Amino acid sequence: MEVPENLQYAASHEWIADHGDGTVSVGITAVALDQLGELVYVELPEPGAQFKRGDACAVVESTKAASDVYAPLSGEVIAVNGALTDAPALVNTAPYSEGWLFKLKLANAEEVATLLTASAYRALAGMS
Amino acid sequence: MSEALQRTPLHALHLELGARMVPFANYEMPLQYADGLKAEHLWTRAHAGLFDVSHMGQLRVRGADLHATLERALPVDFAGWTTGKQKYSLLLNDRGGIDDDLMVTRLEGEVAIVVNAACKAQDLARLRALCPDLEFSVLDHALIALQGPRAKEVLAAAADLKFMQARSVNLVGTECCVTRSGYTGEDGFEISVPASHAVALARAWLAHPAVKPVGLGARDTLRLEAALPLYGQDLDADSSPREAGLAWAIARTRRAGSAQAGGFPGAAFIERFRKRLVGLLGEGPVPVRRGAQLLDAAGAIVGEVTSGTVSPTLGKPIMLAYVDAGVADHASLNAVVRQQPVPVRIVSLPFVPKRYQR
Repeated sequence: MEVPENLQYAASHEWIADHGDGTVSVGITAVALDQLGELVYVELPEPGAQFKRGDACAVVESTKAASDVYAPLSGEVIAVNGALTDAPALVNTAPYSEGWLFKLKLANAEEVATLLTASAYRALAGMS
Repeated sequence: MSEALQRTPLHALHLELGARMVPFANYEMPLQYADGLKAEHLWTRAHAGLFDVSHMGQLRVRGADLHATLERALPVDFAGWTTGKQKYSLLLNDRGGIDDDLMVTRLEGEVAIVVNAACKAQDLARLRALCPDLEFSVLDHALIALQGPRAKEVLAAAADLKFMQARSVNLVGTECCVTRSGYTGEDGFEISVPASHAVALARAWLAHPAVKPVGLGARDTLRLEAALPLYGQDLDADSSPREAGLAWAIARTRRAGSAQAGGFPGAAFIERFRKRLVGLLGEGPVPVRRGAQLLDAAGAIVGEVTSGTVSPTLGKPIMLAYVDAGVADHASLNAVVRQQPVPVRIVSLPFVPKRYQR
């Protein structure tokens, strides 16, 4: 399973792309998707919503079950991936690109230091 | 999985096939294989799926006055029940609630009963208490289901059977008890095979291009599309046969008004009707899961979802739910999902037509 080197990760299986301007894109990892299976529904937050790090902020559902997605960093939602409304399985086919979930404007840029590197996330997920 | 879970005779084969194993009813069972739930589900509807259901309890009953004695425990009538015929039945408690649902087959000199995995010990104890003079044994055979429109091509040796018929068939050099039945809504078979020959039989079928292994995940979505209720979710000790839509599973001659009415546990309560099991279709894309409450137009709670998924065949949310007895057919309701109302509608069952070979 792919865990790209250029992204950062949260232990709750989100990936984070730091755009370097105080905003990040967030999605879920191939590791999480392997467990979930093909998504049939994605519930995204409203733009403008504020979350603290660790808050449940979205829901992804496969045939089997519903799972929460957690805000990996504190901030305000500035964009969501509307394409997922009609095509939730885009998250499975392109988890690190077209399958992104939402963008955050960070409330506290120092929290970025809490994120995991690709190798640390691989180790946590039991991949060597 | 820290407790010692039981394993079926096909356990090593599941691992070899890349199954994701999960604890289920005290067994370590395959949830899905490499293809995943949706692909396995659709494969079964189009071709043939091989399911390991060896966790289910396979009972054999013998003894003097076998049929008359079993009729004291179960709402069945063996008069006119030919050897080799299988019927669906219920083990009821004294309040007329459903303690388990069963597949009962009349065999030569004995009766076979397949019970739910989680109910095995309880059913056996209860049946023994109700029929102390009969001899109950647990068969340690594997049970393999072969389900789908191409199952009859794979098991051509049993293609003469009709739906809910059983007979002995020699497969991979051993006698197997084959029934034409299953839990997917498709045509297919369930094969009780001695544990020693189970792997050889499964491998022989998996070598056929129409057959792929299918896990418990797809078994659940297949049965839900066919509106086959699941014990422990849609059926329970507090629901009567009529409430569960299973009044037909009580032999006609054992129902009120007939000469042989009653005489089995809970007989006085089988017509109890406070609620009813219905099918619901989601109007939008939001999946509704087990436990979601159902509200009527006025916002009053009128029911609860007992099983729910997104149908792989229809691409829409489907549910089974108990609603108050007074809720109308085709009523529009709201399911509560994450504190939000989600429109759903009562529909006729099944969600996907059954294709039994009658």
